[in-house]
Amino acid sequence: MAETIRLEVVTPTGPVLSEDVDIVTAPGYLGEFGVLANHAALLSTIMTGVLTYKQGGKEENLMVNGGFCEVSDNKITFLAESAERGKEIDVNRAMLAKERAEKRIAQAQQKKEGIDLARAEGALQRALARLKLGKS
Amino acid sequence: MASLKDVKTKIVGIGKTKQITKAMNMVASAKLRGSQQRMEDFRPYTGKFGDAMSSLSGSMDPEEFPLMEMRPDIQTVELLVITSDRGLCGSFNSNVFKVTQKLIAKLEGEGKKVTLVCCGKKGARYFKKTGLVRESYIDIMGSFQMFNARAIAQDLASNFLAGESDEVRIIYGSFISIGIQKPATESLLPIQPVADEGEAAEGAGSDYIYEPSPAEIMDVLLPLYLNVKVYHAMLEVGASEQAARMTAMDNATKACTDMVTDLTLIYNKARQSAITADLMDIVGGAEALKG
Repeated sequence: MAETIRLEVVTPTGPVLSEDVDIVTAPGYLGEFGVLANHAALLSTIMTGVLTYKQGGKEENLMVNGGFCEVSDNKITFLAESAERGKEIDVNRAMLAKERAEKRIAQAQQKKEGIDLARAEGALQRALARLKLGKS
Repeated sequence: MASLKDVKTKIVGIGKTKQITKAMNMVASAKLRGSQQRMEDFRPYTGKFGDAMSSLSGSMDPEEFPLMEMRPDIQTVELLVITSDRGLCGSFNSNVFKVTQKLIAKLEGEGKKVTLVCCGKKGARYFKKTGLVRESYIDIMGSFQMFNARAIAQDLASNFLAGESDEVRIIYGSFISIGIQKPATESLLPIQPVADEGEAAEGAGSDYIYEPSPAEIMDVLLPLYLNVKVYHAMLEVGASEQAARMTAMDNATKACTDMVTDLTLIYNKARQSAITADLMDIVGGAEALKG
């Protein structure tokens, strides 16, 4: 049995996850990165995307919505604004959200009034992450 | 003395009021449980957040970040006043008003300009006539959503960065226990560096790998920090409001019980004297017939 690292996911509505896992793959600011046991101390912002972790050969996914993570003392803590498991995701709703967000971005690029581009992009990212996870 | 019928009507009316206050007390106590749970759930997040902030800010120069800029000459102070949307919760909101007004008077006495941002219908209504309100957010206290807090925090931050305000403070009814809620004042902007607990000073916390650079992480963390603070205050107000309402409604229920007891006494006395008077009439009439 390989060494494990403690994975914790905390959101404003409470801790979501606290488990000993083999490897964590996270959507970092500069691209995906993996964390194994006894990783050096690290502080990184994370993007909205899919967090993957392996536990005893079994792979689990979690959608995380922005935030940052900290690695220290063989423990990795994610502070995300929200986190969802694959089975909690409504694929149809995410699909609609994606279409809506794409439309809004297109409108914003044509410089229409009253559309917040940053917000629409955030919504699109969330929808894409949900779709990626919901379909797998 | 009030007529029998008047007293009876009053007793019935107060009895109905009592039913309502009792129901409100129970609703408030049920909601309080929810609010307290939400505060509990939020605590790990703030705890971890504080840890990360302090391990970062040890190596930071506050001058680099506009949100941490201490302005030497403070001209405008913005106050974020968080109250409840609904009334009937005793002196909970008026305590916050009192503290706010005292602070306004003090700041204006020092020659500073004060602007208000009100969160919650009660505060928005109360301060409307002062003409100091810049922005108000109403009907959002019922749904505890992080994005509400984010909207407020962003508004405060952009106003601060634009130089419209030089300092931002937050006033809210903090939750100390179910029995005690106290108005609290905290400074929000500029963000004060989080005090290190000796750890980073020794160099133990500063050998982190930062991705991207510490400064860029700070740029993400600082606005988040504001969200967390505003959200936290909103949660506290939510819990305090319910606790205050619980106490107020409990008192009202007790007052109703007392009044019903008093009125029943009056009613019985009036009834008795009416019977006595009737008897006297009958006896007097019979005596007169005899004679």
